[in-house]
Amino acid sequence: MRESIVQARGLTKKFGDFVAVDAIDFDIVKGEAFGFLGPNGAGKTSTMKMITTVSPITEGKLTVLGLDPTTQGRSIRQRIGVVPQEDNLDLELTVAENLYVYGRYHDMSRADIRRRTTELLEFAQLTDRAKSTVEPLSGGMKRRLTIARALINDPELVILDEPTTGLDPQARHVLWDRLYRLKQQGATLIITTHYMDEAEQLCDRLVVMDKGVIAAEGSPRELIAEYAPREVVELRFEDGQQDQAVLKLDGLAHRSEVLADRVLLYTDDAEATQHHMSERGIHPEQVLVRRSTLEDVFLRLTGRRLID
Amino acid sequence: MTVLTRSIRVVEAELVTYRRTWRGTVISSFVNPVLFLSAMGLGLGSLVDTSGADLAISYLAFVASGLMAATAMQAGASEGAFPVMAGIKWRKEFHATITTPLGPADIVYGRFLWSIIRLSFILVVFALISVLFGALEVGPALLAVPPGVLTGVAFTTVVTAFTVTQEDETSLSTLFRFGITPLFLFSGTFFPISQLPDFIKPIAYATPLFHGVELVRKIALPGVDHSVVTSLPIWVHICYLVAMTAVGLWLAPKLLDRRLRP
Repeated sequence: MRESIVQARGLTKKFGDFVAVDAIDFDIVKGEAFGFLGPNGAGKTSTMKMITTVSPITEGKLTVLGLDPTTQGRSIRQRIGVVPQEDNLDLELTVAENLYVYGRYHDMSRADIRRRTTELLEFAQLTDRAKSTVEPLSGGMKRRLTIARALINDPELVILDEPTTGLDPQARHVLWDRLYRLKQQGATLIITTHYMDEAEQLCDRLVVMDKGVIAAEGSPRELIAEYAPREVVELRFEDGQQDQAVLKLDGLAHRSEVLADRVLLYTDDAEATQHHMSERGIHPEQVLVRRSTLEDVFLRLTGRRLID
Repeated sequence: MTVLTRSIRVVEAELVTYRRTWRGTVISSFVNPVLFLSAMGLGLGSLVDTSGADLAISYLAFVASGLMAATAMQAGASEGAFPVMAGIKWRKEFHATITTPLGPADIVYGRFLWSIIRLSFILVVFALISVLFGALEVGPALLAVPPGVLTGVAFTTVVTAFTVTQEDETSLSTLFRFGITPLFLFSGTFFPISQLPDFIKPIAYATPLFHGVELVRKIALPGVDHSVVTSLPIWVHICYLVAMTAVGLWLAPKLLDRRLRP
């Protein structure tokens, strides 16, 4: 068994009567990218805050890098990097100065910071912006700088709370590429996200959290295999035809889901399903067959409700 | 890292920021005393000095010494209010700081040290301008800088403790409007406390700026008589201000911890 970096047993966080994290267990091992996937309010951020020692544990047991966050928070923080959900860079300072201040907080020498800054700006593709103030940078650049800042102390564990929320698709892909490299260099990553594609791209293993508990755990592949059949057939009908067609769908797939504008059929064999469909005289206007994704797992587990 | 090293790291961060923003603050450090001493000291002073007021020194000297303490209070209180609210709520940099080996207490102690540096600069400028105006002698004026700094940091620490419990800036403007401004006007800066009605005097004696003003005057105006200052010994003022600073330094880290690490 590989070295455990974070271990939680019955980890609980309460704010008054509200239980944000409800007795969860998980193990994160060295070198993996571990994801916390869940809707807003699932307890992901509260869990991250306990791991990064900036929020006290209400109940249960947590060890980070073999240390106790309650009594050894400072030693833990010395060895981790934290990318918060909201950028909290110093906007008045330059890109390089932001790294400098953080490096000093980590008790690094000026020479070390200078060396590390060069590397990190390269990594974050911000070298030509080193002397620019942060304020006018794009969202993607700020995010990359926040990640670079988290890496100044060469952390063993990097915690990223929704790293790509609010970024445009291009900026997200650049960021994924950087995080992938980071993982290749041997860092352990903890990532929270509500984007399924992100979890699928980046995470070796993940847990799906909902209402403070862990609803499922495994690799993206395992979760898809367990909670969603291999393929999804999406049917769109002409106006007013859907309700009638739905009545004839019984038994065509493992599971079907009727949405306002389309019907989803979860099946192991899309071809056979389509065949049976035409046998029954169902002729949708549009048929789309796709592989099932983590999104299907997620929706299956957490439901298609609106979370504010 | 010891707590002192960690606090100095916070000062370093302030210095890096200050390198970008110093121009505006330096100008106000010069302009503020010049405006006040011209208007109150020279303008109003010419009226007071010829009206047969029972004051042993020129009104200019009286106001200059009082304003050193009052200016320290305003600058000190501001340091404890707006940058702290910014760190928690507007720019949120405190939330970033506490994910490093530094903690909430280091932020408070570091900002306390930074306030000492800022106030020292502001008060040295104030003292020198007072000398140029002929209000104070250079030696006593500079000797009055440390008591002025003490007055200022007493406000920095207590206002910091207050600010970290507040949701937003509305309460900060309330604090300045109903706390700092009345103190500025009624703590003996512009007229001796002995002019106040008897039933209000005890209230004045209880306020922190009164002790700051008294302390600064007793040092900046050596040998001045009791028409200008009270007969309270210097150590009373020092103890008051040190105690106030200590209370702030004790409370603020706990309250900031509660705010940043819920």
